[in-house]
Amino acid sequence: MNGADTAWILTSTALVLFMTLPGLALFYAGLVRAQNVLSVLMNCFAIAATVSVVWLVVAYSIAFGEGNAWWGGLGTSFLSGVGLDTIRADTTLPETLFFMFQMTFAIITPALIVGAYVERIHFAFVVAFSLVWVVIVYAPVVHWVWGGGFLSEMGLIDFAGGVVVHVTAGVSALVLAIMLGKRRGFPNEIQPPHNPGMVMIGASMLWIGWFGFNAGSALAADGAAGMAMTVTHISAAAGVIAWSAMELMKYRKASLVGAVTGMVAGLATITPASGSVGPIGGLVLGLAGGIVCFTITQFVKQRLKIDDSLDVFAVHGIGGALGTLLAAIFVSAALGGAGLAEGMDTGSQLGVQALGVVVVAIWSGVLTFVIATVLKMFVPFRVKLETEVQGLDLAMHGERGYHNL
Amino acid sequence: MKFIVAIIKPHKLDDVREALATVGIEGMTASEVKGYGRQKGQTEIYRGAEYQVNFVPKMKIEIACDDGVADRAVEAIRNAANTEKIGDGKIFVLNLENAVRVRTGETGASAL
Repeated sequence: MNGADTAWILTSTALVLFMTLPGLALFYAGLVRAQNVLSVLMNCFAIAATVSVVWLVVAYSIAFGEGNAWWGGLGTSFLSGVGLDTIRADTTLPETLFFMFQMTFAIITPALIVGAYVERIHFAFVVAFSLVWVVIVYAPVVHWVWGGGFLSEMGLIDFAGGVVVHVTAGVSALVLAIMLGKRRGFPNEIQPPHNPGMVMIGASMLWIGWFGFNAGSALAADGAAGMAMTVTHISAAAGVIAWSAMELMKYRKASLVGAVTGMVAGLATITPASGSVGPIGGLVLGLAGGIVCFTITQFVKQRLKIDDSLDVFAVHGIGGALGTLLAAIFVSAALGGAGLAEGMDTGSQLGVQALGVVVVAIWSGVLTFVIATVLKMFVPFRVKLETEVQGLDLAMHGERGYHNL
Repeated sequence: MKFIVAIIKPHKLDDVREALATVGIEGMTASEVKGYGRQKGQTEIYRGAEYQVNFVPKMKIEIACDDGVADRAVEAIRNAANTEKIGDGKIFVLNLENAVRVRTGETGASAL
């Protein structure tokens, strides 16, 4: 065990939980109508609590147990066999800490999906779906990529979760949004975000928390962590600039909501590449993330007319996939990256990256469809129209965010 | 007595209050309201999606005054609230039957 590494990952664990509570929760809550603010906060909070338990019971074992190329088995359920002195294999960290650090990723990933179904979903479905999804969709993908499964054997570069977190969440969000249907009035008559200031506060917490997400994924307090933090920050900044520039060109105004969305796009894009690219890579990935995610956001909502309400697919799914692909190029030492693995060239690495994205996208999309189809036979899926108009806060939770409404 | 209801642009509230004070109006009620007239709504853009906001934020002020002051009060509101742009608002003048001061029970003009 190494004290410095352990101290940094203890810190990172807190940072990544801070991304969900309250960062992502506030980010999403500010984007909905005032009558739904509490339901969004509650979704994130409930996911944090329930996923924590399911992570202990079974999901951690499926993700990080020894198992085989496909899953980790059930041998580490309830942290069986893990004690004070157990060191996580291939790290210098206590396994309990590794368990906690990875748990915070398992919490934020289904919480990201919340953005797809806000303002119209039944609370019971949110909890049931998130739990089943973490076990069936998320944990196996973690095993494939980070737990010694087949994608890691093939050499997939996904340092902090471009595929594991952002592609899984983004694709599942798109499928759920289609199954659930549009919000009443979408796309022309829905109400604008009720509190852009809250959106900015939450997004700023995400930016800070992302240092733990990416630099913490080095699993050590070392140069790789320092570089990951650097490229993460530069990419976030570049994402803000790119998105704002697009808005200025198109609408002659740079909005706050747009700037912080660009930040998230930059961060999602750098996530898979944050352990392998240099500062130039960070800059380019951030700019690319801002421009591409801006374009796809408009395409999904205005052309496809899919009400992925808070743009989970366009920002996270596309950003994560884009960064995963670009990692194959910017890992090159000539572009300031860490260099390709032995036996890989840019073309073969790009092939592996593309395969990883496609396999995980199909896995997430198909299984999300199956899970939701089965679950909605037992749990209410969409709320009644009257409830949707009145807002979910009173109907689902019996309380109001603002008392002057 | 007259009861004057005026819908004005929110940033004109202080100007209107000062103008009414100069013609001797000593009390008013102000509330934040939303509405539309010929200005219709406005468009807001979030993440490239246009949101049509039909109800625009306005201030509503309500005052009660003697018949003799009403014309000057209306003129004061109109001058102070005017930006010569669409959406400056409306002023409504109603006949007021009675007024009662809660503390003393005075009625009519002496209650104002």
